[in-house]
Amino acid sequence: MAEEDGGGTVKRFLYVNRKAPHGTIYAHESLEVVLIGAAFEQDVSLAFVGDGVYQLVKGQDTKGLESKNFSPTFRALEDYDVTKLYVEQEALEARGLGEADLVVPVQVVSAARLAEIMEAQDVVLSF
Amino acid sequence: MPMLHTVNKSPFEHQVLETCLRFARPGSSVLLIEDGVYAAAKGTAVSARLAEALKTVKVYALVADLAARGMQNRVMDGVRLVDYGGFVDLVAEHDAVQSWL
Repeated sequence: MAEEDGGGTVKRFLYVNRKAPHGTIYAHESLEVVLIGAAFEQDVSLAFVGDGVYQLVKGQDTKGLESKNFSPTFRALEDYDVTKLYVEQEALEARGLGEADLVVPVQVVSAARLAEIMEAQDVVLSF
Repeated sequence: MPMLHTVNKSPFEHQVLETCLRFARPGSSVLLIEDGVYAAAKGTAVSARLAEALKTVKVYALVADLAARGMQNRVMDGVRLVDYGGFVDLVAEHDAVQSWL
């Protein structure tokens, strides 16, 4: 599972995002935690499940809500070496969405495959 | 007298829309707000359900909530868009408002 890497232990972290982006604070808080966690050089993956896939939809414009549009921040994850983004295929399909509708490149995987990925983690944090 | 129903939850993770539509009588209005606006998108697993509802009730969606979610260009035919002023008008035009939370 965890392996020693010089100064410290590297663990596999999976952040599971299950909520739509603006109706509750979960999605934004999750992204904040991911960015903070990225500074600790862990092996980080993100999963977008159910309504969580809505977090990645292009063309979000929150001016009318006077709240922060944090969707562009997903594009910065690459700079933090967070490149493993998994999106549930069934969730995309049920919502009439495709990979081209998302703000960042992702790996679209079946729920069954995502379940395997979850089992391979040391730590799973669900938002 | 016609009633205004508001729905603020996603139809994919909650039963709120379904419950609302079960109680919305013909001639009443349903306003989709917050995460409820995802129900207005075309080509989804709930589009057929909403299309069915549109035969008997008027369905509105709040533009600011659609835009915030990137859904403004995905709205299905028959759903009417309203801004905050339109929201107020709807409340004023109906005898009672039921907020399905």
